[in-house]
Amino acid sequence: MKEVILVKLGEMVLKGQNKNAFETILIKNIRRRLSGLGDYKVEAAQSTIYITPENDFCDLDDAAEKVGKIFGIVAYTKACIVEKDLVKIQEAACDYLENDLLMAKTFKVESKRSDKKFAYSSPEISREVGGYILSKFHHLSVDVHNPDLTVRVEVREKDAYIHGDPKEGAGGIPVGTGGKAAILISGGIDSPVAAYMLARRGVQLTAIHFASPPYTSERAHDKVVRLLRKVRDYAGRMKMYTVEFTKVQEQIRDNCPEELATVLMRRFMMRVAEKVAKLEDCKALITGESLGQVASQTINAIACTDAVATMPVFRPLIGTDKAEIVKTARKIDTFDISIEPFEDCCTVFTPRHPRTKPTINVLEAAERKLDVEGLINECMENLEYIWIE
Amino acid sequence: MCIYLDNSATTKVLESAAKKAYDTMLLNYGNPSSLHSLGFKAEKIISEAREVFANIIKCESEEVYFTSGGTESNNTAIFGAVKAKKRLGNKIVTTAIEHPSVMECMKELEKEGYIVTYLKPDKSGNINKLDVINAIDKNTILVSMMSVNNETGAILPVDIVAPAIKKAQSPALFHVDNVQGFGKLNINVKKLGIDLLSASGHKLHAPKGIGGLYINKKAHIVPHSFGGGQEKGMRPGTESTPLIAAFCEALKNLPDANKELIRLKELNDYLRAELCTIEGLSVNSPVNNLPYILNFSTLKVRGETMLHYLESKGIYVSTGSACSKAKPSHVLSAMGLSNKHIETSLRVSFSRYTTKEELITLLDEINKGLSSLAHIK
Repeated sequence: MKEVILVKLGEMVLKGQNKNAFETILIKNIRRRLSGLGDYKVEAAQSTIYITPENDFCDLDDAAEKVGKIFGIVAYTKACIVEKDLVKIQEAACDYLENDLLMAKTFKVESKRSDKKFAYSSPEISREVGGYILSKFHHLSVDVHNPDLTVRVEVREKDAYIHGDPKEGAGGIPVGTGGKAAILISGGIDSPVAAYMLARRGVQLTAIHFASPPYTSERAHDKVVRLLRKVRDYAGRMKMYTVEFTKVQEQIRDNCPEELATVLMRRFMMRVAEKVAKLEDCKALITGESLGQVASQTINAIACTDAVATMPVFRPLIGTDKAEIVKTARKIDTFDISIEPFEDCCTVFTPRHPRTKPTINVLEAAERKLDVEGLINECMENLEYIWIE
Repeated sequence: MCIYLDNSATTKVLESAAKKAYDTMLLNYGNPSSLHSLGFKAEKIISEAREVFANIIKCESEEVYFTSGGTESNNTAIFGAVKAKKRLGNKIVTTAIEHPSVMECMKELEKEGYIVTYLKPDKSGNINKLDVINAIDKNTILVSMMSVNNETGAILPVDIVAPAIKKAQSPALFHVDNVQGFGKLNINVKKLGIDLLSASGHKLHAPKGIGGLYINKKAHIVPHSFGGGQEKGMRPGTESTPLIAAFCEALKNLPDANKELIRLKELNDYLRAELCTIEGLSVNSPVNNLPYILNFSTLKVRGETMLHYLESKGIYVSTGSACSKAKPSHVLSAMGLSNKHIETSLRVSFSRYTTKEELITLLDEINKGLSSLAHIK
């Protein structure tokens, strides 16, 4: 039995003039995400994208799972392709949806006919197919208002399609339609969620990670790579830069007041991140901060951090509770990795009593004891990156 | 000459897999739990293997646990699931054609007071979907079903189990013994709603002594041994990095499952058709079985006699399952076949190396054997 994946487009349909550009990017994203899974033809017609396997070696379930994580899709379903012949449609409906029909107590058939030359009208198709199903599955009864299963028949130009209830897609808009931004990623619970949220708004990501060997280990780095692989399932491939940050942290420890260490470190991160972001033509930074969560995430501290940034800094989690963040982290499957116990660069040099209301003057005074430019340049010279494919 | 047609019993180890084991023993000998880089290297070998395994059944890599093989995986899954769910019911559903490593667990559980339903196959060797649906109720705590029968190659309706559990509002966990299907038949655990799945390395050209168990992260089961917390406490004990590395290598070199199914289906159909032309011979494998296996009865010469005759010609086959040698097949008797069928049955099982020429030789020798060997009364 020949199968296909039908994809219903999301809010991008509403975007008037941009519709074609968005659709083109979405098709490109689907193709890229399915590459390596077999040969598929991906094409659009009538607000639906058809993903058709080119041979028998394609695993459509696998492809459908990937499609479920692509932004810009509201709903998708696997369907079987049948010749436009009523008897064949009846048989295929019973065959293709056998398990669903065995499990359901009530069902209805919904038909659509875009090929008006087809000999039966939509209500007629529904009646004929429904009647045939009833004759094959004696335990079933019809319920048009609240059925356990809706059998859908679509008679289109070339073929007819049969499927059950479609699945909800990932929503959002296609990655690549919303510009580029760089996410500061630590290894905790929040930053992967922040990355996911902006990718969902079409942003193409670059990741920046700060490492402090030997205080942080190779395993901590590996943890971030694994987190980004989970994010990649939604956001597509991205570059991950690793900044060696040990010297900056040691200099702060040796020369500045302990209670300012975290905010000073955040300011350095912003400065370096902005330089890295520019390498990738990113126009904004993204962080996983949520207001009041820790000392460096108070309004005053954030004001001091942002004072050194010239790009906009997006904080999609700013007003969310930890519980909500955890919920999303579980959904995108990063939570279990995030809670693995490795030191990251934020936890190593944490002051015992951080200042919650620092001022820019105090911070600037502290920074005068450091060679800010030199330290940043050193970070940039030792920069490394890998592709998260 | 060696024509090896007993690949469902075990397979020859892939050369590059054997080499991986050897290299790992000599070079990457660190303990995966050690903090230093030699330890991390060993850990990476294991995490790569986990990913490769996960990709075959479409689960997350953190849901894969390495074990010593199919038997341990089945035991861990079945006892672990029953122990975790014992307060919620006392019924277990399985089939009458499971492998001994499932069957014997069930007998132990029956001794402990659990009520086990053994679903029987029909005459052709298939398990009926409606039987599965009707067997599961609110007191069922475990359904254990193999994906492919090891003697006949029958493909079981594992796709109906999860929906049936849901429909019955049963708390049951769903275990699949996928030892014969792993890497051969596409099984998507998420789509099929499988909670536990067993696999073995040595059926796929990896060494003996290594296997895997998938545990859905939403399913909780109780471990049977305790120790240093390896494999998230499910299977403590220092991981066998060399065998895991070899397993990974074998899996990475698997031919495309779908392409191989198509190729072997042709071979299986050919052998089936040719065997059917032999007078009196009857094929016991259902139509549309996994084409890696073909079971038939000559009805003339005892299976074991024929086996030794073929062996003298350099052809290796088996009588039913290698794990219950000399015992009459419980699978064929569950199908309701006569003693004569069972006594004269043979199983040939293919691998990616099996060729049509080998099957032509096999047919030739079977014909010769049938005309020269003493027939049973």
